[in-house]
Amino acid sequence: MSAQHPLQFVPAAEFKQRSVDATSDAHLRQSFRGAMDFLMAKRAAQFPDDASLQRQRAIAEAIRQYSLARLPDLLEQLERNLTAKGVQVHWAENAEEANAIIVGIAQRHSAKLMVKGKSMVSEETELNHAMEAAGIAALESDMGEYIVQLDGEKPSHIIMPAIHKTKQQIARLFAEKVPGVSYTESVDELIGIGRAVLREKFMHADIGLSGVNFAVAETGTLCLVENEGNGRMCTTVPDVHVAITGIEKVVEKLEHVPPLYGLLTRSATGQAITTYFNMIGGPRKGGADGKGAELDGPKEVHLVLLDNGRTQAYADEQMRATLQCIRCGACMNHCPVYTRIGGHAYGTTYPGPIGEIISPHMMGLAATHALPTASSLCGACGEVCPVKIPIPDLLIRLRGEATHEARPGHAPLVGQGAARSALMDAVWAGWAALYTRPALYRAFGWLATRFRFLTPPTQSGWTVSRTPLKPAARTLREQLAERRRKTH
Amino acid sequence: MHREITRDPRPKDVYFFATCLVDLFCPEAGMDAIELLEREGIAVHFPENQTCCGQPAYTSGYADEARAVAQVQMALFPEDWPIVVPSGSCAGMMRHHYHKLFADDASLKAKADALAERVFELSEFLLEVLAVQWKESSTGRRPTTVALHTSCSARREMGTHVHARALLDSLPGVTVVTQSHESECCGFGGTFSLKHPAISGAMAGDKADALKESGAETFLSADCGCLLNINHTLQKRKDAFQGKHLATFLRERTEPAGTGDEA
Repeated sequence: MSAQHPLQFVPAAEFKQRSVDATSDAHLRQSFRGAMDFLMAKRAAQFPDDASLQRQRAIAEAIRQYSLARLPDLLEQLERNLTAKGVQVHWAENAEEANAIIVGIAQRHSAKLMVKGKSMVSEETELNHAMEAAGIAALESDMGEYIVQLDGEKPSHIIMPAIHKTKQQIARLFAEKVPGVSYTESVDELIGIGRAVLREKFMHADIGLSGVNFAVAETGTLCLVENEGNGRMCTTVPDVHVAITGIEKVVEKLEHVPPLYGLLTRSATGQAITTYFNMIGGPRKGGADGKGAELDGPKEVHLVLLDNGRTQAYADEQMRATLQCIRCGACMNHCPVYTRIGGHAYGTTYPGPIGEIISPHMMGLAATHALPTASSLCGACGEVCPVKIPIPDLLIRLRGEATHEARPGHAPLVGQGAARSALMDAVWAGWAALYTRPALYRAFGWLATRFRFLTPPTQSGWTVSRTPLKPAARTLREQLAERRRKTH
Repeated sequence: MHREITRDPRPKDVYFFATCLVDLFCPEAGMDAIELLEREGIAVHFPENQTCCGQPAYTSGYADEARAVAQVQMALFPEDWPIVVPSGSCAGMMRHHYHKLFADDASLKAKADALAERVFELSEFLLEVLAVQWKESSTGRRPTTVALHTSCSARREMGTHVHARALLDSLPGVTVVTQSHESECCGFGGTFSLKHPAISGAMAGDKADALKESGAETFLSADCGCLLNINHTLQKRKDAFQGKHLATFLRERTEPAGTGDEA
């Protein structure tokens, strides 16, 4: 893996160039189009009855809003109940703190190898780099994650990390990077190669790391959704299991999980249910006097609860909805922009529509202000979101926050006003001056039509792929006036 | 999204909110829309002081500027008549977003909500309120195949994609074909097309391809923003395939039942 991680810090200006490069990459365009079409069709097949889907969405939204409304209490309840079951709970305000906690746990155990189940939060903290810096190997065991790690990349999709790669690219990568492997395009053989490597590592790993899909406060249960069984291996085979999650993933009751789980898998991969659903309730029990001691499972379980900007979103009544997300990825699957540019162009851990509204809280608006503008506001994301996050409204809100000072009574966001430009302020002030003065606007229309021959041949971004916009010979209002003159 | 509409009593007067794009770039679509209403015996009132619904500033994050412009429009419709808009996007702004724009001012919000009740997208008004009965015009007898591109606002905010489609399906001799990725955005998005020309252009190009590959003779849309986006993309390719506003197509192909030779 490269020592310099190219995607760690992403100045906003680079998003635009990357998106331009991506749209002109025919191969990338074709592969994302095909993959997203496949995922959209799979999801649609799971929701044949729209009325039923809308009922389920309303329930899921209510559960997430209910949970968020009680978040501080639920987190404390979760900590109490997990602690009682022997789980050590850690709080991390940012990525560095989270990584330091996990490196510390590893060092206490003199760990040399960590195996990882799929965890986007650990991607968010770039944990692998922190582990590497501490001299501890961290190996991804989800097949997609394993592939992108082998190639020194980040995931391009939160559910399907290697979706940008073709079978041939993976075949070449394995032949090149996995010792003793020759080139094969057989998917079964490729999976077999990965499995053989990983099985060996599971046996010898000192620590297993996983994410969390739902943390149940009332029972102190960590729920983990997965298909490959690697999550179960990571959380049961090594002596130490560390789970990491964002603070928003908590729900109050066990009965809150099934409605969310059912929508998560259907929305994400079009599965009615995943192959594995793990409910983790703590380390193996010792038993009094060594009697009745459990013989398997980790001896130590830790949970790291990460903030990393989430409380900024939480503090705002409207932007709190961002935290309703259950990370299904449906918004990216249905996003016409994501489909055109792929996940890497965003330069963030979470790409696509959800990434556009959550990354500003994690990374600040100075680095991310271009992201909320990369949307036609078509609404496809909001339409499919299983927990009804009003993504287009939040994009508009962040566009405003990026170009303005904080509103009265609102705390400034990190990077508040980072995209503020005197030129754009003047453009919009001029626009408002014109459109609030009907007489001036009519004069403008009169002039624009009379001098339409002066229409500039290049019009900012418009004419890159379009002919110039040219006013009509006469405005509608003039044509109507003309018609009135003729008939009277 | 979809709302219950009462047809009784049938309105005698309507306001017409043309939208800034129709006024300056697609006036023929506005004239055709007005004619479709007038030939139903409706008096169409065009408030002279109308400019723009305010959407460009609103979606760009310039809420104060959007509010200032929206307030000017809100003062234009004193009578309790329906407000007909030949655009799903601008109608969506007035029906759904004025409410949010004026959320902090109780009296303006109440005004915005009252206005929202009276805002209709053209095809929705023709079908739901007027329940138009048409027959083929003399130019409407030639069989043709069309594709319909519905704007995202019309589809996801207004739910009026069903109305445009139903109007077309009612026309004999008109075959509506469905292009691939029908519900996907054409990439206009207002200032998005200026800010991210590569992404927007890629979307517009794919939409133009899909419409062409549908085999339709022409394509229709009830939104001028989409039409300008797709048509100018095709023009840049020197392609003669062009779309037109739904109102223009309906006006050309039909006349009210009970007129002409069958009257």
